[in-house]
Amino acid sequence: MTPSSATELVRLAGVSCSYGGDPVLADVDLAVTARQFSGIVGPSGSGKTTLLRVLLGSVEPSAGTVWRRPGLRVGYVPQVEAVDWSFPVTVSECVLMARTHGRVLPWRSRSEQAEVRDILGRLGIEELASRHIRDLSGGQQQRVFIARALLGAPELLLMDEPTSGVDVRTRHDVLHLLEDLHGDGLAIVLTTHDLNGMAAHLPHIVCLNTEVLGEGSPRQVLTPDVLERTYGARMEILEHAGMPVVLDRYAPADNVVRLRNKGA
Amino acid sequence: MEELLRPFDFEFFRNGLIVATLAGALCGMVGVYVVLKGMSYIGHGLSHAIFGGFAASALLGVNFALGAGVWGVASALMINGVTRRRVIGADAAIGVITTASFALGLALFAVFGRAGRSFDAALFGSILGVGSEDVWAIVAVTVLVALVVFFGYRQLLFTTFDPEVAEASGVRTARVDALLMLALAGSILATMQVLGVTLIAATLVIPATVARMLTDSFSRMLLLATGIGAVTGFVGMNLSYHLDVQSGPTIVLVGAALFAVVFAVTGRRGRRRTAGLDRHATTPLAPVSSTPR
Repeated sequence: MTPSSATELVRLAGVSCSYGGDPVLADVDLAVTARQFSGIVGPSGSGKTTLLRVLLGSVEPSAGTVWRRPGLRVGYVPQVEAVDWSFPVTVSECVLMARTHGRVLPWRSRSEQAEVRDILGRLGIEELASRHIRDLSGGQQQRVFIARALLGAPELLLMDEPTSGVDVRTRHDVLHLLEDLHGDGLAIVLTTHDLNGMAAHLPHIVCLNTEVLGEGSPRQVLTPDVLERTYGARMEILEHAGMPVVLDRYAPADNVVRLRNKGA
Repeated sequence: MEELLRPFDFEFFRNGLIVATLAGALCGMVGVYVVLKGMSYIGHGLSHAIFGGFAASALLGVNFALGAGVWGVASALMINGVTRRRVIGADAAIGVITTASFALGLALFAVFGRAGRSFDAALFGSILGVGSEDVWAIVAVTVLVALVVFFGYRQLLFTTFDPEVAEASGVRTARVDALLMLALAGSILATMQVLGVTLIAATLVIPATVARMLTDSFSRMLLLATGIGAVTGFVGMNLSYHLDVQSGPTIVLVGAALFAVVFAVTGRRGRRRTAGLDRHATTPLAPVSSTPR
């Protein structure tokens, strides 16, 4: 497979994945280009993390093809729930973990120390370098793993649910930080459940439920029809300050029996 | 004082002391990865599996290091393959492979008698049979494992903490896991004579757990666990002589006493640090692809 444009970093064509049972992804076509800033949205179990892992290269598709630009540097920030927070690593040890090539000695060199200090300073957590990763707030923990990914000077940053489990202020702090990184030329693809956060901060959204059901700007994608096909429920969309706002008012489909009516 | 130094007059004791100290250091070092990966059960199982090879080589008159070594390496790679591929449940597979091998060892001794190396020493550890070849064997294994840990420090750390991202970052995690299993098998083989197969798991787990209670830094944990293992081996071996108790149980009891002291002294902080050590217990060697959606 060859890329359709010179700026393409990764292209998936007809990609399907399964873990032995029903397909998790079916016939997915998706391109990630340089300087892209995308959010993958969809309900739980829709295949978001698997799609991210296919882009990363840690999951091989059962069908279809994946093209990656030769030599592409990809950074990955895992879900906070997937991290072993009791593992004995300080912030600086965690960040430096990404440096496995080029130096075989266990201890960090002066230039590596300076690099880690610079990245932590850039993300506003320099003073936390010797803290254990568990002793940080949700936003600081996200920044540590972003710092680890940035140490490899990635061209594409993949993030799994960076805004889950954090308060509203931290969520916006993280998204503003990602906007800044994107402004510096980094392509970013993240998964999320936060539709309105995506509408406010991301220029490109992919709606996924095993297959790609919509792709484009928030205005193009966050429509009642696309969201109903994605989530299996009708949602109301309002417009506020020129942005679509999804009302968190779940209307179950006709075939869903409401528990409170069951005994009536 | 004279009484304390008297055992040093005997060559077998000096050999045993060197082996016990190095065995403690070696198991402490490897134990850090064993504990953090939730592989304690593998360490326990592998030591039992190697007993089968020990019995076979003792009875067939084959060189112990060769016979038990080949058996141990084969068991380690088999366990590694099963846990990564998840052919069947990892804990069930390890249980079958290792206990079957242990049972084979017991059966061989029962049928053909207890010729060659001591049956009890293999199970519970003894310094009586420690010769200069055992000293050289443990020196060689300790140096080899230390080199693997030193030069593979970064890959081992990344693979232990975050195997998926490590793999995606270019670390060959399957190779790193296999190397770790071989280091574990080598450590068990080299320390079996002094510690005994039934007690090796404790020397893998206790120093690493004590070290974890004392620090939040991986590099410091590695150094502390190695030092704690060496000290418990040294002290345990001396006590073993003076109390006339087998070396394996004495070394483990010294480690357990140290654990109790550190547990009491570090209080809530220590308990909080070790609270998540069983996190990986159901996935001893986390495969690269789990089943995310």
